[in-house]
Amino acid sequence: MKDIIISLVTVFGVLGVAMTIASGLIWLERRLLGLWQDRYGPNRVGPFGLLQVLADMIKVFTKEDWIPPFADKPVFIIAPAIIVVTVLMSFAVIPYAPALEVIDLNIGLLFFLGMSSLGVYSVTLAGWASDSKYSLLGGLRAAAQMLSYEVFMGLSVMGVVMLSGSFSLRAIVEAQKSLWFFIPQFVGFVVFFIAGIAETHRLPFDLPEAESELVAGFHSEYSGMKFGMFFVGEYLGITLISAMITTLFFGGWLGPVLPPVVWFLVKTFVFICLFILLRASLPRPRYDQLMAYGWKALLPLSLLNLLVTGGILLVR
Amino acid sequence: MLSLLRTIWAVFLHAFRKRATILYPEERPPIPPRWRGRIILSRDPDGAERCVACYLCAVACPVDCISLQATEDEHGRRYPEFFRINFSRCIFCGFCEEACPTYAIQLTPDFEMCEFDRQNLVYEKEDLLISGPGKYHEYDFYKVAGLATGKKDKGEAENEEPPVDVRGLMP
Repeated sequence: MKDIIISLVTVFGVLGVAMTIASGLIWLERRLLGLWQDRYGPNRVGPFGLLQVLADMIKVFTKEDWIPPFADKPVFIIAPAIIVVTVLMSFAVIPYAPALEVIDLNIGLLFFLGMSSLGVYSVTLAGWASDSKYSLLGGLRAAAQMLSYEVFMGLSVMGVVMLSGSFSLRAIVEAQKSLWFFIPQFVGFVVFFIAGIAETHRLPFDLPEAESELVAGFHSEYSGMKFGMFFVGEYLGITLISAMITTLFFGGWLGPVLPPVVWFLVKTFVFICLFILLRASLPRPRYDQLMAYGWKALLPLSLLNLLVTGGILLVR
Repeated sequence: MLSLLRTIWAVFLHAFRKRATILYPEERPPIPPRWRGRIILSRDPDGAERCVACYLCAVACPVDCISLQATEDEHGRRYPEFFRINFSRCIFCGFCEEACPTYAIQLTPDFEMCEFDRQNLVYEKEDLLISGPGKYHEYDFYKVAGLATGKKDKGEAENEEPPVDVRGLMP
């Protein structure tokens, strides 16, 4: 009984914290973009504009939730839920601290990769069900981009798996006690980071949305809270990828003095800020450039990384 | 690739720059004196209305937001019976100010004239008239115009010769 209560508390705690972070990120992103563009961002509602999140939430909940008459209704409704569910599922396998984890799967990393693959369904189905040209183009782009970047995402973490000898994220963190993996696996880290941006389709890889050419891409036809769900999913995705980078390459909860959870949150926060900094600074590439960059640069790089890591491990 | 990193670094350094935003209601932006804002009707240095109701402003107005009716006082001096500017139409182009021969109509550096009710944006003459001479402190149209008013006759204005006697034989 006690175990059930503890795990229930953990599950809902993680859920609550993840959702809070995701909605807080909306504020953080706007403030940070403002900071880097020499302006303020939202600073009126509450202290430092923190209550802007609340105002936005009230707004998005009271907006008209319109389903286009030409849309494929069931798929149209379920698509935004998929992305939130799949991303939230991945949070279950991340170890936040030595004793704070929803479940320690021995295939945790594979579970994460599988869930991020399922996330493709959300954007593709959203683009398909909207039955509009822009949405369909966005959905197509999302499908191709996310599927191809998933390949190197998987390959780039294999070096980490080889070094730690386990797919369990807890074992991976514990294997980094002497040396964080971003030093021996620097190439893997870079490839994983870039693939992570493409997976969450954030700028500069936000071609599925591409406001300048596709209106809003796959969520052109969405409104109200369904649109909000895509946004929450995107911010959850940023948090997830940042947490994964922390876990896989930057020693998870490991660190001196401060308690483990704080270390984990600090490291994750730094990567979230890096995500936003990339958005503030880089322009969007052309679609063929994106695909060519993935297949011609990142795939060989991650394969080479795999080969070298394997060779060194074999020699040792 | 290196240029991308340089870009990211340059953007990051902007975190330590001064912000360009002026936090408006608390902090006022500097407004140039020739700003084309709320329209006013000014008065002579001696306090009489400058407007002579010539309709030039109403003609020049590209959106037809000025309407007025001319009338005359007992000395034959023209003035507007009513003068109405519909600021919900006005585009603040300043053509009325350019057209005005007496510097009566002027645009001022005031832009805070929002209203909840559209009807409140229709300004009547008593809303438009100010008590001072506006941007031109010394100018008095009737002192330089060769027009007979109650106060002076023809030829008595500043820099003006007495009228020529067209029937006289003297050179």
